[in-house]
Amino acid sequence: MTDSTDPTHTTDPTDSSAVVEISKVSKVFGGEKKGGGVEALREIDLTVGRGEFVSLIGPSGCGKSTLLRLIGDLTNPTSGSVTVNGKTAHRARLDRDYGIVFQSPVLFDWRTVEKNVQLPLEVSGVPSAERTTRAREMLDLVELGSFAQNRPWQLSGGMQQRVAIARALALKPQILLMDEPFGALDEMTRERMNLELLRVWQATGTTIVFVTHSIPEAVFLSTRVVVMSARPGRITNIIDIDLPRDRNVDTRELERYFELVTQVRESLRHGEAASGGAVHGSVEADALRVRAEGLG
Amino acid sequence: MARGRSRQIRRALGLIVIVGALLVIWEVAKFIGGDPWRLHGNVLGVQIDFFHNPPFRWRIVTDQSLPHVWNVIHTMTVPVQVNRPILASLLFDNMLFTMRGAATGFALGSAFGLMLGIVLANVRLLERALVPYVVISQTIPIIAVAPVIVIGLRAGTFSVALVAAYLTFFPVTIAALRGLRAADPRAIELMRSLAAGRWEVLRKVRLPAAAPYLFTAFKISATASVVGAIVGELPAGLREGLGGALLNFNQYYTIAPERLWAALLFAAAAGIVAFLLVVAAERFALRGYRPSEEPA
Repeated sequence: MTDSTDPTHTTDPTDSSAVVEISKVSKVFGGEKKGGGVEALREIDLTVGRGEFVSLIGPSGCGKSTLLRLIGDLTNPTSGSVTVNGKTAHRARLDRDYGIVFQSPVLFDWRTVEKNVQLPLEVSGVPSAERTTRAREMLDLVELGSFAQNRPWQLSGGMQQRVAIARALALKPQILLMDEPFGALDEMTRERMNLELLRVWQATGTTIVFVTHSIPEAVFLSTRVVVMSARPGRITNIIDIDLPRDRNVDTRELERYFELVTQVRESLRHGEAASGGAVHGSVEADALRVRAEGLG
Repeated sequence: MARGRSRQIRRALGLIVIVGALLVIWEVAKFIGGDPWRLHGNVLGVQIDFFHNPPFRWRIVTDQSLPHVWNVIHTMTVPVQVNRPILASLLFDNMLFTMRGAATGFALGSAFGLMLGIVLANVRLLERALVPYVVISQTIPIIAVAPVIVIGLRAGTFSVALVAAYLTFFPVTIAALRGLRAADPRAIELMRSLAAGRWEVLRKVRLPAAAPYLFTAFKISATASVVGAIVGELPAGLREGLGGALLNFNQYYTIAPERLWAALLFAAAAGIVAFLLVVAAERFALRGYRPSEEPA
């Protein structure tokens, strides 16, 4: 079913060294007590190469966010192993190997935009002068240099999310984990943000793991799209996106783009059919996940 | 800003109107149900001789319980004893003395209350064990606690401050317990992804998020600390404060009720000043925060 172990899947110009290696990972929520619990992920194998842009796509409850959180060591696998940069995910988190962007920007009201971007630098003890230059640099990268002294709540939703991206990149992490970062934005802002993100990705060479609900977004951004299905969450297909690496507004009009969108859509549909796709079942799983997290 | 200025003027006007209305109600009640009174003398060259005999006799508004407004004002302008400063000047000194005790108590109580809140918020077991006692401590009347503290620690300004602190810490602890848990869970998760320690999470996320709650508590505590200081002065036998003045004028109430009323005015003023100081501090500390609906 999955051909993720095939090293040829890490596309040019990425080198073949894996940044993330997930092997036989399962995750059961609420399984500590007898009676099972909810199986969020079953036997996941996935390798992400350096410099790749990998999207996880699937219906709600398929565990794509959980998978992302496993990579970030924000939750632990029930079984299997997650290796990041050749070390455990836990070690990688302590080494601050990754930046993270959530669906909401999670900026601190009481800090200026610039101070928000400086947060990761403060936590890791970067000296003040360097913090300032680095934060400026990151804000320039997301083209918000002139808003450095504003408060986050004075910015639009899209701008806030760009600040969040700048913050996530402040430590120049090797991996950027993004959990539906543009899900709350309107379509036009979202498309602009997609272009912006591609530019940032190309400028920084960061490896990106990206969770999304949107098929066009996944195809447009990624080097690979990982299609997942729910109950239990598993990978049903991995699709190489062989669009030219240098993408722009015209990419969305290429014939190959439409073919790939169709391919992802059909993969999703097949996965749905295979799992019997009870919609409220997956909602329940989500609710349980939230509850289980709350307990933890 | 012009708009801010005009709003301030409106507020000040509103305050004056309310105070004026209260005084009018006060005198109207006396006019209808008070003791007979006579006004006579020479005002700007005009001879006034006015006698009024109210149609009713209400005990609550007799000169004994509710002296005339002008009597209260007049008594402040004359000395209580010959060759002594006028009453207002004495009461002003009393007020300053009491406010020093209140301020020390407020500082001690707030610091202790905040630390207790931080400890309780972090150690659930302690929270369950200690919160009932914290609550019980506030159900004991302060006049019962004051002699214990004051006599136990020897009468003096410090023991007065402790009584004030006793009243002060409770709102701060309760607000801290609530506020420290008001932080966005994703902000905590973000800090986790940055491998931030507990202390850093507290300093950079939890305390700033708790600040609006804390300032609400500080406002309550500021006025409570004035009450605490006054109550503490009674068993301490300190004559320099408003406590001593109130005690003194209580004894002479049947002869000169307006003196007690004058002392009450200064006690109220002390509370209002304490409250306004906290409001000013809040304005400053929370200036970058997202504006809420209506600043208190």
